[in-house]
Amino acid sequence: MNYVILGAGPAGVTAAETLRSVDSQASITLVGGEPEPPYSRMALPYLIYGKIDEGGTYLRQDPTHYDQQRIRYVTGRCGGIDSRAKELYLSGGEVIPYDKMLIATGANPIMPPIPGAHLEGVETCWTLEDARHILKLAEKGSPVVLVGAGFIGSIILEALYLRGCDITVVELAPRMVARMMDETAGGMLGRWCEAKGVRVLTNTRVTNIESGPEGGPRLSVGLSIGQRAPADLVVMAVGVRSNTGFLVGSGVKTNTGITVDDYLQTTAPDIYAAGDCCEGVDLSTGKPDMLAIQPVAVEHGRIAALNMAGHKHRHRGSLNMNVLDTIGLISSSFGLWQGAQAGQTAKVIDEGGYKYMKLEFEGDKLVGAQCVGMTDHVGMLRGLIQTGFRMGGWKDKLVASPERLREAYISVAQGGAVGGADVAARQHAACRVPWRGERSLAF
Amino acid sequence: MLKALVIDAGKCTGCKQCEMACSLENEGEFNVAKSRIRVFDFHTEARFVPYTCTQCAEAWCQQACPVNAITTDSMGVKIVHENLCVGCKVCTIACPFGTVNYNASTGKVIKCDLCGGKPACADACPTGAITFQDAEQGGFDKMKIWAAQSANAATHEGPNTPKASQAAGTGH
Repeated sequence: MNYVILGAGPAGVTAAETLRSVDSQASITLVGGEPEPPYSRMALPYLIYGKIDEGGTYLRQDPTHYDQQRIRYVTGRCGGIDSRAKELYLSGGEVIPYDKMLIATGANPIMPPIPGAHLEGVETCWTLEDARHILKLAEKGSPVVLVGAGFIGSIILEALYLRGCDITVVELAPRMVARMMDETAGGMLGRWCEAKGVRVLTNTRVTNIESGPEGGPRLSVGLSIGQRAPADLVVMAVGVRSNTGFLVGSGVKTNTGITVDDYLQTTAPDIYAAGDCCEGVDLSTGKPDMLAIQPVAVEHGRIAALNMAGHKHRHRGSLNMNVLDTIGLISSSFGLWQGAQAGQTAKVIDEGGYKYMKLEFEGDKLVGAQCVGMTDHVGMLRGLIQTGFRMGGWKDKLVASPERLREAYISVAQGGAVGGADVAARQHAACRVPWRGERSLAF
Repeated sequence: MLKALVIDAGKCTGCKQCEMACSLENEGEFNVAKSRIRVFDFHTEARFVPYTCTQCAEAWCQQACPVNAITTDSMGVKIVHENLCVGCKVCTIACPFGTVNYNASTGKVIKCDLCGGKPACADACPTGAITFQDAEQGGFDKMKIWAAQSANAATHEGPNTPKASQAAGTGH
């Protein structure tokens, strides 16, 4: 069998490794679109503030890993796919035939149509090359305008802060991380950043970018509130979009991302899709959606590869979740953090202490959660939501005292009522089949 | 021979010596907030449950790590490599058991690694609530049977049905 995987992010690399694990004879080709070995975009902020070097962003550390796995790694951009002839064309002219193909081309940052967005010093923060540009321009004390205070923007914010930049954040929405957390949490993040000396402008739009005055900062950024902000660097982080443009005319149907079935197969025969480029099912809604997060990319990559190899595995849906460190204030959100219709809410707020936890129930099941300033055992929220445990009497106890979450988890999810080795046994049972998508004990 | 932590919560008195020992062994200080094992206190029931990572076969934390900083050693233990961990915390939300935690003072995550084969918590436990046993001889077989029972029950009826609870009870 000849497998070709287009895209060498977490979804593509996981798929290649999974294929090798179930088929020792297959030919496996992994096509990366950038000159570097497969790396993690998520690690770029840590590169920017010097916590790691470029090698620290690589998805696999051993340089011989792909050779050892007998995965042929080639670089090139996709020029098109002929799903009838079963051929992939690279822009360099190379033709790669396939028996089964996985599209894992990820997403690209959206560049808003702002006059002057093409000027030198306006960067996205998406590739290693982008990070190198940012490293050159973001010096200690440099004025930097960050456009977008969503999840990605807020992670970049921390990196720029730790480099010592003088930061202005411009966000169109009324609060930071508006698609990840509510007004209370977003407001806390905003106040926290301002207390750290970051200028946070919400409900604000960038109107244009111009070259700065002679001798001053390189750029001048026009704002909808009638001011201009000087900048040596403008970082655009307004969102990402599935990278599917090359599929026009290929027979692979796309919506906002590639349309896939429950087995992550596209509408074209023998072509599958995984990760940010596709719309897999969101576990919380049961509907297709693009969930551009690392754990989903890996989950998709694994499941798609198993299906490509003939081991049928249904994808039951992925849980949307995020964790964010905003200059030391850590926040997370899970599932239906906005709450369920006719659901019940439990919350505990300490505005001054920057602590917040909100739980969302539907019936007696936990369906969503958000936390600020709370990190210990936070994965339990995922466990409860993803498994869909019925909380029984613990629901009312949690509505009264959300801080009893850990007790509730042990009781409900881990059989704490019987105690002893049972706790470990339940974990053991739950752990055996994390990728099956079937809810054996827990999943 | 593979060994595993076996926890018998019924014997736990909540003294938290396991937490102290873990923190000292791994962090060089007595700070239970940095312990990789935690004793959960059921206030209203005077009941205590020691709780830590059970080294999943296919670990969610490991799969979620973007930089391959969590690997499996020859004993099946999931180990965080501090030199590679960037502190992104994705593993802390990915682990559905909540047993990977963020250590703000190092900017890295921490989890139980069985102290390289000599877990300090088990040594410190004065009541035998936490023991480190040969997996084959200790509770492991019992756990496997138990897990199968629970899994079967769950497949048909969900994990919180009376049947599953009953299976849990018989395995105890």
